[in-house]
Amino acid sequence: MSAFSLAGSVRSGERTARSIVEEHLAAIADGETEINAFNLVMADSALERADRLDALVAKGGDPGPLAGIPVALKDNMCTRGVPTTCGSRILDGWRPPYNATVVERLNDAGAVLLGKTNMDEFAMGSSTENSAFGPTFNPCDTTRVPGGSSGGSAAAVAAGFTPLSLGSDTGGSIRQPAALCGVVGVKPTYGRVSRYGLVAFASSLDQIGPFANSVVDAAMLLEVIAGHDPMDSTSIPAAAPDLLGVLDQGVEGLRVGIIEEISGSGPTGLEGFSPDVQSRLAEAAETLAAAGATVEKTSVPSTVFGLSAYYVIAPAEASSNLARFDGVRFGLRVDAENTVDMNAATRTAGFGDEVKRRIMLGTYALSAGYYDAYYGKSQKVRTLIVEDFARAYGSYDLLLSPTAPTTAFPIGEKIDDPMLMYLSDVCTIPSNLAGHPAMSVPFGVGDDGLPVGVQVLAPANGEASMFRAAAVLEAATGGLTGSTT
Amino acid sequence: MSPETCSGIDGWEVVIGLEVHAELATATKLFSGARNEFGGEPNTQVDPVSLGLPGSLPVLNEKAVELAIRVGLALNCVVQPSEFARKNYFYPDMPKDFQISQFDQPINGEGWLELPDGRRIGIERAHLEEDTGKSTHVGGGGRIHEASYSLVDYNRAGVPLIEIVGKPDLRSADDARAYVSELRAILVTIGASDGKMEEGSMRVDCNVSVRPVGEEELGTRCEVKNINSLRSLGRAIAYESRRQVDLITLGQKVDQQTRHWNEEEGRTHTLRSKEEAFDYRYFPEPDLVPVVPSTEWIDQIRMAMPLLPGERRHRLAEEADIRPEAAALAVERGLDDLALAAMDLGADPARVLVHVENNLADGQGTLTADGFAALVAMETGGELTATQAKTVLADLVSSGGDPALVAAAHGFEAMESSELEGLVESLIADHPEDWEAFVGGDESERKKKSGFFVGQIMKTTKGQADGRLVNEILERRSTSR
Repeated sequence: MSAFSLAGSVRSGERTARSIVEEHLAAIADGETEINAFNLVMADSALERADRLDALVAKGGDPGPLAGIPVALKDNMCTRGVPTTCGSRILDGWRPPYNATVVERLNDAGAVLLGKTNMDEFAMGSSTENSAFGPTFNPCDTTRVPGGSSGGSAAAVAAGFTPLSLGSDTGGSIRQPAALCGVVGVKPTYGRVSRYGLVAFASSLDQIGPFANSVVDAAMLLEVIAGHDPMDSTSIPAAAPDLLGVLDQGVEGLRVGIIEEISGSGPTGLEGFSPDVQSRLAEAAETLAAAGATVEKTSVPSTVFGLSAYYVIAPAEASSNLARFDGVRFGLRVDAENTVDMNAATRTAGFGDEVKRRIMLGTYALSAGYYDAYYGKSQKVRTLIVEDFARAYGSYDLLLSPTAPTTAFPIGEKIDDPMLMYLSDVCTIPSNLAGHPAMSVPFGVGDDGLPVGVQVLAPANGEASMFRAAAVLEAATGGLTGSTT
Repeated sequence: MSPETCSGIDGWEVVIGLEVHAELATATKLFSGARNEFGGEPNTQVDPVSLGLPGSLPVLNEKAVELAIRVGLALNCVVQPSEFARKNYFYPDMPKDFQISQFDQPINGEGWLELPDGRRIGIERAHLEEDTGKSTHVGGGGRIHEASYSLVDYNRAGVPLIEIVGKPDLRSADDARAYVSELRAILVTIGASDGKMEEGSMRVDCNVSVRPVGEEELGTRCEVKNINSLRSLGRAIAYESRRQVDLITLGQKVDQQTRHWNEEEGRTHTLRSKEEAFDYRYFPEPDLVPVVPSTEWIDQIRMAMPLLPGERRHRLAEEADIRPEAAALAVERGLDDLALAAMDLGADPARVLVHVENNLADGQGTLTADGFAALVAMETGGELTATQAKTVLADLVSSGGDPALVAAAHGFEAMESSELEGLVESLIADHPEDWEAFVGGDESERKKKSGFFVGQIMKTTKGQADGRLVNEILERRSTSR
C-alpha cells in the first residue's frame, strides 16, 4: 500500500497512526541488525506522536497530507533535542536546539518522525561505508552497498522500515542509492526545498529530496517539503509545485533526449557502464516512446567534465563549511595545551579519512596561487555545463540517462579506491552543478538480479514533466517496486 | 601640538592609510534576528546563526544594507552591486571559523571624505561584514599564552560592520585624527553608527609607512592594530613612524608586518610578519545571493539623508562669509542651525560666531534664535558691552527670557559717551607716561597700551563700559593732539 493511500486511511479514521508506526517498528526490529539503516530509531516519540495524531482524528481534526505516515530522516537534518550526527564522531553528544525547516514542514503535515538514518560521514561517499557507525547493507543483497551517501534512507525504504524518507543530494546522494536499492529518489531543483537545518556539505550543490516506494509517494512528500523558506536565502521564492495533479498526464508529445556521454554510448560516451544497465535504459526510452514521447540520442558534451569540476567545487565549499567543527562550541572536544592544538586534535580524532581527504583537497583548491587553476577553472566548467544543458533543453523537454553506471557493488570493493568510488556519481553530478532537478526511477533489474535505476533529468523548475515521465516508467514496471511490505 | 603626538620628523614624510570598522546601528545582526546591542550578559544575544551551529544559514539584514548605502553616499562612493565572500581562518571567537565579508565586489567602491580644512582624503571602498565574538583570557594576567582558560562571548558575533578602507592620503597624526573625527561625525549624523571608540563600536587599524621628503615611491608599510582612542591613534603613529625612520637611518629595512599597539608601554610590537600572514582562501559565499540595490532604492536613501557635517560647514561659512574651517566648531557643537537662524533674523554673523565659539561650549540650553538675535542686536547697537552680552547670554542659556529684561535686571545700561570721555581724560592725566608711550609707540606698543587703558576703564566701571568705544576715544585723542 502506498503512503499516499495509508495517509488517506488515517485521515478517514480507517486506520490508526499507531498501528502504522507499530507495524514499521516491528519491521525494524526484525531486519535492522541485518541492514543498519538507522543511527537512531525514535520509537517512543514516534508512538507518542502517533497517539496524538489519532486523538486529533478522533476529535474530527485533520493532521494533514502525511497523517500518521512514518518518515525517516538522513542524519544530517537537524532535529530539536535529538542527536544529529552526520555519520561522524565529531558531533558526539550534540543535540541541535532547533529543527530543520523540512522537519517543521513534516510535523505540520502530520508525519511521524521515525528515526535518523545512516549516511556517509558528512554525506561524502557513494556507498554509506564512510559512516562512523558502520556501513549500511543493501536490503536487496546484504553483501552489497546500498549506495550513498543517503544509503540509510534508501535502504530504510527498500527494507520496508519506513514508507518515506528524506535524503540529501550533493552529487547524486539521493538518486544513486535509490537506484541501487530499487526505490524512487528525487533531487529537486536547487532552492526548491529549504536547506535551513541541513548540515552543509557543499552549499551550492546540496538539496534535500524524498525517497519512496512509488512516484506518487515521492510526489506527495516533495509537495510537503517544497516551497519558499525565508530562512534560506537561496530558496526559490515560489510555492511548492503541483505534482500529484499531473502524474496521470502521460508523456504524449514530450521530447526526450538520451545523454550519450553519461549513458556510455556514442563516440563521446564515458566508459564503465554495464551492458545490462544500458539495456534497461534503452527499454525505458522505448517505454516513453511507446507512450507518445519522441525520444532520441543527444549530446551534452561538457557533462564529461562534471566529475572533475565537482571534485574541486564540492571539497572547496566543504573545507569551509566543516571548519566550524573545531571543538569549541559543540560535539567532540579533544583537550590539548592550547586552542590551535585542541582544534587539530579534535578534528584528527573526529573526522574520518574521506572527510579529511576532501577538506585537504578543498583547502588546496582555494589556496593563494592555486585558486584560479582549480576553483576558478571549475566554476567555468560549471558555467559550461549550465550552458550545454540550456542548449539541450532548447530541443528537449526532458533528458534521460542511467542513474548509476552499474548495479549495487559489493561492500569493500571501492572503499580503498576513491577515484573508482567517485565514478559512481558520474551520471548524477551534472544536475547538481546545473542546479536542475533529476530523479531515479527503478526500471527492472540487471543480470545479477539487482535493481537498475533510470534517471530522468529536467530543466530548472521542471519537476512536473519529470514526474510525468517517471510515472509512465513506473507503470511499465508494474507499479510499486522494491518494497518488501 | 604636544610632542608625543607630533609625527613630523625632519626630512621624512609619514604616509598613513586607515581602515575603520564601525558597527552599524541595526536592531538585529547582519545575518540573523539576534539582537545587536552593547553590554548584554554574555551569550544572551545569540541564535543558531550567530553561534554558527551546523545547518544554520545566513539571511541578509536589509537595514544593514541600507545603512551601508548611506555610508557609501555620505563618502561619495560608487554604490554598486556586490557579493559576499567567505574569509577563512580558525579563531575561537569566530563561530563558523570563517567570516562573511565582501572581497572583490564591495557594496561601496571608490569615494572621498573632505576634512574640515577642505582637503579630500580618498576612500578605497566601504564594505559590509560580520563582527566576531569576544574572547576573555582568564589567569596569566589576561594574556592568551599564559591564561589557564578562555571564555568566549558571542553577543557581538554577527553584528554588522562597515569597513571603510581609506587611501594612503594622510600625512600626519593630526591628519589621521581629523579624518577619524570627521568620519565619526558623518557616521553619527547619518545614523549609521554610534561611533563609540571606547565601546569598540568604532575601531581603527592604521597603515603607516615613511619615505624621504620628495620621494614618490611608497615605503614598506606596517599595519598597527589595537588602537582604541583618538589619542592612541596619534601616539601610535608617532611611535611607529619614528621606529621606521630609525630603522632606515640605521641602514636596516622595514619589514612588512602587522603590529600591535600597546597603550601602557606606548609602543608597537610585532604581531605577525608578511610570511606569517593568513591565506584567507576567499571564495564567494554560496549561502547568499548577490546584493543588487535598485536605483530607486538608492535614490530614496539619498533623499532621506540629513545634511552632512561638511555640507553644514559650507552652508554656515557661506552665510557668515568665512572659511569652512572657521565654521567647524559651530558644526561640531551642533550650533550651526541656531547660528544660521539668528543670522537670518539680522544678527551680525561675526558676533554670532564669537559667542558660539567662546560662550556656548556647553550647548544652547534654553537659548532661542530670537533671543540670540535680539541679544546680538543690543550688543552691536551699543546697548550692551561684550562683557555684559556674555553675562546676559549665560542667563538666556540657563533660563531663557527676553535679553532686554535680563540686561535690565542686571542693571546693565549703556554708558553715555560723554561720561566715558571724562573717565578716559582723568585716566590719561593719572598715567602720563603710558599715554606718551601710546601716542608715540609703534603698532605693538600702541596695542599694548590701549589694552592697558581699556582694562583700567573696565576696572573702574566694573565692565559696564564698551571697550570699542574706549578705543575710539583713545584713537581720536591721540590723532587730534
